Amino acid sequence: MKENAYLNMELLRFTTAGSVDDGKSTLIGRLLYDSKSIFEDQMESVKKSSLNRGYDKINLALLTDGLRAERDQGITIDVAYRYFATPKRKFIIADTPGHFQYTRNMVTGASSANLAIILIDSRKGMVEQTKRHIFLASLLGIPHLVICINKMDLVDFSQDIFEKIKREVQVFSSKLNIQDMQFIPISALHGDNVVDNSDNMPWYKGTTLMYLLETIHIGSDLNLVDSRFPVQYVIRPQSEKYQDYRGYSGSIAGGIFRAGDKVMVLPSKQITQIKAIDTPIGSTKEAYTPMSVTLRLEDELDVSRGDMIVRENNIPEISQEIDVMICWMSNDYMKPNGRYILKHTTREAKCIIKEIYYKIDINTLRRIEDFESIGANDISKVCLKITQPIFFDKYRLNRITGSLILIDEATNNTVGAGMIL
Amino acid sequence: MSFYNLNHIRELEAESIFVIREVAAQFENPALLFSGGKDSIVMTHLAVKSFYPAKIPFPLLHIDTGHNFPETLKFRDSLIERIGARLIVGSVQESIDKGRAVEEIGHNASRNAIQTITLLDTIEQYGFDAAIGGGRRDEEKARAKERFFSHRDSFGQWDPKNQRPELWKLFNGRKAQGEHFRVFPLSNWTEMDIWQYVLLEQIKMPSLYFSHSRECVKRSGVLLAKSDYISLMDGEKWEKMQVRFRTIGDMSCTGATISDASTIEQIIEEVAASRYTERGTRADDKRSETSMEDRKREGYF
Repeated sequence: MKENAYLNMELLRFTTAGSVDDGKSTLIGRLLYDSKSIFEDQMESVKKSSLNRGYDKINLALLTDGLRAERDQGITIDVAYRYFATPKRKFIIADTPGHFQYTRNMVTGASSANLAIILIDSRKGMVEQTKRHIFLASLLGIPHLVICINKMDLVDFSQDIFEKIKREVQVFSSKLNIQDMQFIPISALHGDNVVDNSDNMPWYKGTTLMYLLETIHIGSDLNLVDSRFPVQYVIRPQSEKYQDYRGYSGSIAGGIFRAGDKVMVLPSKQITQIKAIDTPIGSTKEAYTPMSVTLRLEDELDVSRGDMIVRENNIPEISQEIDVMICWMSNDYMKPNGRYILKHTTREAKCIIKEIYYKIDINTLRRIEDFESIGANDISKVCLKITQPIFFDKYRLNRITGSLILIDEATNNTVGAGMIL
Repeated sequence: MSFYNLNHIRELEAESIFVIREVAAQFENPALLFSGGKDSIVMTHLAVKSFYPAKIPFPLLHIDTGHNFPETLKFRDSLIERIGARLIVGSVQESIDKGRAVEEIGHNASRNAIQTITLLDTIEQYGFDAAIGGGRRDEEKARAKERFFSHRDSFGQWDPKNQRPELWKLFNGRKAQGEHFRVFPLSNWTEMDIWQYVLLEQIKMPSLYFSHSRECVKRSGVLLAKSDYISLMDGEKWEKMQVRFRTIGDMSCTGATISDASTIEQIIEEVAASRYTERGTRADDKRSETSMEDRKREGYF
């Protein structure tokens, strides 16, 4: 049945990055248009607005720039999410603006992405912004990086230019931790190597961008080894029928859990066994990340939100003092020795910035040790001292148990995004 | 697909359930906004799953414009009874009677805009600190920039330029006294995902979504169903057509589409082949380029 094919698709979340005028909107527009995800009424409205604004061609950026301020100023302010599907996969694009609050927005878009597309203008080659994009993608642990060298039509589809830029990027990236990086020469405007193979670049033997997005293996992106279950909410029906029911619900942050597994509850370190696993489609024998499930335990223990259930013989690190790479997101400077609220998995605690080791110059990747302050969009390595222990893995091993946010106590704003080292 | 890999529908389901449970954990007095449309029906279904075998630990809140399709109210009441939930109704008519809201006049008059007043009043009356809504980012361009946890100031207003960054699975629901949150668990679902899930889970849907014969009038490209709330203008007349609704809202602004789709499978095929967005049938979105953003800023759903 046709519907069943639709129902059995994988979800790929990707983010796009490019400097101003690299053709990012054109590329997204093309992916959406060629997968028939732009509807006629949307197209009509974009055509109308483009005309009203005096543009001589249709500006596909108007598809995503939805806010009044964005339309008025002709800039993209915030991360926009776009959706499209092909018969093979369903896609979520986190489209991040090129300039405005760049780091903050890219970090936000990248935090949940399996893949990042980074655009380079073939006429300009690798620029400082490109380095920043690649650095952030590696910092955020995006498993797959696709470098699209765009506007190949403007350099006569030259293989030499493609190879030269590719080498530059490879040299720069060798200092970074990147699992998988691929290069595609494209012309987003004319469609070369986007959905269809380009006749203009017979020297390119690789796949098109769309084929790559549809087939790249994402099954190993999640950590299926280290079983982690942060308790989110305790379910106690207190009804006659389910008098003794006590379930611990949450999203599996890593690994696999099976009924009968010997598990340890943190922080109490009590040992028990999994009695049953309830999922949205009934009880199952095993469940894995990122499923939302409810675990029932053999023994009646005192377990509450913020605790973590793990395998007895594979426990995470436990500490009140951690080293973290922080991306600062607030216009107020980071307060040295300042107090913040820390949110990590389902646990919340107070913390202080015990030490700021250095700030990173994201254009040169150099450490700046004599910095004056840490402000919006800065990335720095700090030591946090927390009022209670947290249970974590290093970010590069698990993006869920290795990430945290800092919240300003006075404004309640999210001011920092941290990756545990 | 490898063995330990969720398909896209189950991954979206897991994400939504996580968000709904996060609301129950982080807020003291949340409510689920129920409109009777497909998104809020799917959300109620997900909420039931989130807390099973316990009941949903918060009430459903329906803002009744007084211009509902009778089918919607019947469906609502039978759903509430089946799942044993608590229902709170905020009445737009009451807001008008009390002088809190003023009825629009004219041929295209609608209670769509003034229901925001009733919504905010009801939120204040019951002291709700979070309202779970069925908004999806694919619906409309202002919604594409909405967070899962969307902060509202003490006037219920949304400040789209100054939203809190939202990373990983860490949702920041902290707020000052008098502020509240709107939470959108279905943010990443598309219209297609909704129908695929309805099919997969065999969720009961109101008859309005399936093809039926109905008297309608065509006005500014929108097919409006015959009701007491719509008066004909010069040269207009009621015509019997075979239609269904892609979205269900207030009778005064929800447009029908010509359709023969009478099963979920046929609806999925129709959605797959459709060249128009579902909100293309909504008269309320056609008022200006940023009408959704303007209404959302004021506190709309």
